[in-house]
Amino acid sequence: MADPMKIRANVVGDSTEVKVLMSHEMETGQRKDAQGKVIPAWFIQTVTATWNGKTVLSAQWGPAVSKNPFLSFKFKGGAKGDKVQIAWVDNRGDKRTDEVTIA
Amino acid sequence: MNRLRRTVLKQGGGTTLLALVAAAGWLRPGTSLAQAAAPWNKAAFDTHSMAETMQALGGGEPVQSKDIVFFQTPDIAENGAVVPVGITSNVPKTESIAILIEKNPNMLAAVFDIPAGTDPTVTTRVKMGQSSNIFALVKADGKYYVAAKDVKVTLGGCGG
Repeated sequence: MADPMKIRANVVGDSTEVKVLMSHEMETGQRKDAQGKVIPAWFIQTVTATWNGKTVLSAQWGPAVSKNPFLSFKFKGGAKGDKVQIAWVDNRGDKRTDEVTIA
Repeated sequence: MNRLRRTVLKQGGGTTLLALVAAAGWLRPGTSLAQAAAPWNKAAFDTHSMAETMQALGGGEPVQSKDIVFFQTPDIAENGAVVPVGITSNVPKTESIAILIEKNPNMLAAVFDIPAGTDPTVTTRVKMGQSSNIFALVKADGKYYVAAKDVKVTLGGCGG
């Protein structure tokens, strides 16, 4: 299980701004270790953000997204105290879901 | 003997081509971009050129657009492993935003599906192997629009 994500969600005007910092190696599958063996690819493939059961953003990522990925987006609506959930799945099938309260 | 060899070669070549066509046809229907929480689009992430990527995403030639704006994206990135990219689409009815990096081993870096009610703005960080163009590919109302930004990557911190 990977480390928890750092998520921050703030109300800005009539929208909610969400910033996420995930903890993941995001190995490309292009690099080699000291023995010259290729390090197998290991990266987040899909990310889904939900608010009140509604998907507000979904993403598909390739290995070209940086290590410990950062993501920020904004959606209309959202009030203080609402919950925003972020979930990701990587190419090994590992999953992680974290939740944050909008501030 | 020689003639038989020719025939065999010809048949072999034909079969390969057929298999390729079949594979391409089979891969396409599963690659709808607009679906929410779509499964990972392997075909699109395996491509090496703009044309191939567009084919895998099921779109035609994208139109150059001035309504797609890069922000927080540097002209010169010191570290290719962490290049901030921010993209805003002012194209009405934006459905998805994709980030493509021209000279990376695989061009497509990320695809974001934007449901109604979400601002067509995303910010993330990507890796770049070398100085290259970053393309922002926006799908809006079924059509594709593209904008490019040239980003230079200085390796080893020599600041060249």
